[in-house]
Amino acid sequence: MDKFVRLEGLVAPLDRANVDTDAIIPKQFLKSIKRSGFGPNLFDEWRYLDVGEPGKDNSQRPLKPDFVLNQARYQGAQILLTRKNFGCGSSREHAPWALLDFGFRAVIAESFADIFFNNCFKNGILPIVLPASDVDALFALVDSTPACRLLVDLEQQQVVCPDGKVLPFAVDAFRKECLLNGWDDIGLTLRHAELIKAFEERRRSEQPWLFA
Amino acid sequence: MPQTLYEKLWQDHVVHQQVDGTALIYIDRHLVHEVTSPQAFEGLKLAGRKPWRVSSIVATADHNTPTDHWDRGIEDPIARLQVETLDANIREVGALAFFPFKDPRQGIVHVVGPENGATLPGMTVVCGDSHTSTHGAFACMAHGIGTSEVEHVLATQCLLQKKSKTMLLRVDGLLAKGVTAKDVALAIIARIGTAGGTGYALEFAGSAIRGLSMEGRMTLCNMAIEAGARLGMVAVDEVTIDYLRGRPFAPQGELWERAVVHWRTLRSDDGAEFDSVIELSAEAIRPQVTWGTSPEMVVAIDACVPDPAQEPDPVKREGMERALVYMGLGANVPIREIRLDKVFIGSCTNSRIEDLRAAAAVVRGKKVAGSLRLALVVPGSGLVKRQAEEEGLDEIFRAAGFEWREPGCSMCLAMNADRLEPGERCASTSNRNFEGRQGAGGRTHLVSPEMAAAAAIAGHFCDVRELL
Ligand code: SF4
Repeated sequence: MDKFVRLEGLVAPLDRANVDTDAIIPKQFLKSIKRSGFGPNLFDEWRYLDVGEPGKDNSQRPLKPDFVLNQARYQGAQILLTRKNFGCGSSREHAPWALLDFGFRAVIAESFADIFFNNCFKNGILPIVLPASDVDALFALVDSTPACRLLVDLEQQQVVCPDGKVLPFAVDAFRKECLLNGWDDIGLTLRHAELIKAFEERRRSEQPWLFA
Repeated sequence: MPQTLYEKLWQDHVVHQQVDGTALIYIDRHLVHEVTSPQAFEGLKLAGRKPWRVSSIVATADHNTPTDHWDRGIEDPIARLQVETLDANIREVGALAFFPFKDPRQGIVHVVGPENGATLPGMTVVCGDSHTSTHGAFACMAHGIGTSEVEHVLATQCLLQKKSKTMLLRVDGLLAKGVTAKDVALAIIARIGTAGGTGYALEFAGSAIRGLSMEGRMTLCNMAIEAGARLGMVAVDEVTIDYLRGRPFAPQGELWERAVVHWRTLRSDDGAEFDSVIELSAEAIRPQVTWGTSPEMVVAIDACVPDPAQEPDPVKREGMERALVYMGLGANVPIREIRLDKVFIGSCTNSRIEDLRAAAAVVRGKKVAGSLRLALVVPGSGLVKRQAEEEGLDEIFRAAGFEWREPGCSMCLAMNADRLEPGERCASTSNRNFEGRQGAGGRTHLVSPEMAAAAAIAGHFCDVRELL
């Protein structure tokens, strides 16, 4: 996993609440057995006029000009600004894979769905929860500032606006550590292999029916 | 101190706890299907790691498999590769049980686990699928995980978790005839919203919940994720124990007796405190129909499509307006006047034998409305299908004009050929009415099996209570 320390990047605003993972990456793209290549199909039904299929040449497909990610001013965005309950629905990790493949490394919202939130950290994406008032202010800022860029500083746990305004955010200490160092969870857990074995043995003797 | 069911289950699975509260939680059962596992097996292999305990794995192919013309195999080459990749991975590493495509016991992973007794009370159950909450009906700590976590469980038999807050949903009273677990689930979502359960472990309790069969409890826990909660649970009682007796992977003999003694402790103690308590009266719940593109956009059958103009919150109002445009509906239209193109009875929410019996009872001797393009029944598993055929349910459905299919996820998410065309409107017993969920541009209304069956006959929604 890539480290996440500081990110200074362009912001794209997606002004909708309850964006679900079916919208982030529609099901037909879940047939892939790879982790990469989902970027061109991120928000597929909102981005293109036709229906996307795996294997289609996406560069030839007609775009919906109104959709935010199709607008010239947001090309190259690395920070997605959105509304509450982002990433609800299906547990598909293809959703963060698609965001990452497209170029997003941070998502800012009032709240996130649990599984999606978790999946982001496993892929080096930082989901940032800010109070509704801060989110509203950021939407206004992005709207009024051409090519609005934000500085996301994980170490300091703050988002810094172009005018110097600082928005602090909370993040779980362990997850922060993992992101800052780009640590692989599995390697960390396996350091406790002896504890896991001991637990498993005890469980096997106490509740043997679980080990059929 | 009195403990909630969730606290008991949590405590029983902590391998190690870090100072910040993050815990290493042991996983008893790992359910695996073709869509969310290939990258996990690949990652495991690339890192040179071995699976920790393959006897925890129960695997089946369900999301991508076709529901007709099984003799032709899987015609979509990309889907076929994914299913074959699952076959190859499981053959290589092994599993407690594997029900591949066309196996007599193949089916939707959340139907297959419980019916084989592979889901047992007190377990932690995970799967790369958000509807893993279904298994909470057996007093399990059961939730969906992403593919990185699938790999983590394969490699370590554990997950890194933070304890959730607890929410009690108490539903007391008697459900009216024609009002089902599905309606209870939708009524709860209407009450707390699709983010209402975020960060909570839900426990469903009260006399109306105790009155539900195991299948009804599974329907309810299945929808916990649609209320934002990763997991929902029901305590063990005699209904749970009766259901499990004699199932293939349930313990037997002396071990069964020992297990039952333990299982009976799997309930919240009297006086246990929850972080949040919500109460509903069963009598107040009417058959529910969703009108929008989120499960919280739901009203009772005798209501009308709500009017965004009446909504004070601007973000909500805009969401409602967008949903109405997508759904092709006007405000204030009576739900009963909504006409349908397709009807789908199936999915891990409502494809078990009791669901099919209930739908068949409504359909028996009647005909699907001529205006319908397709009415589809997709049993949840091969075993459900066989049972239904033994009872002659397939004949009832076929005679009415329904198609009777092979088991799988089917039009719940339309990864296979079963889908809505743009603009088509469907009454569906599944769990998500998101934009495009059942096919790009498709319009989904979530209902119970009885309500879907009644709508298929009438061609539009109608109140099943008047037909019973
Ligand atoms: S039936 Fe639908 S919700 Fe259930 S596992 Fe299959 S796709 Fe997911």
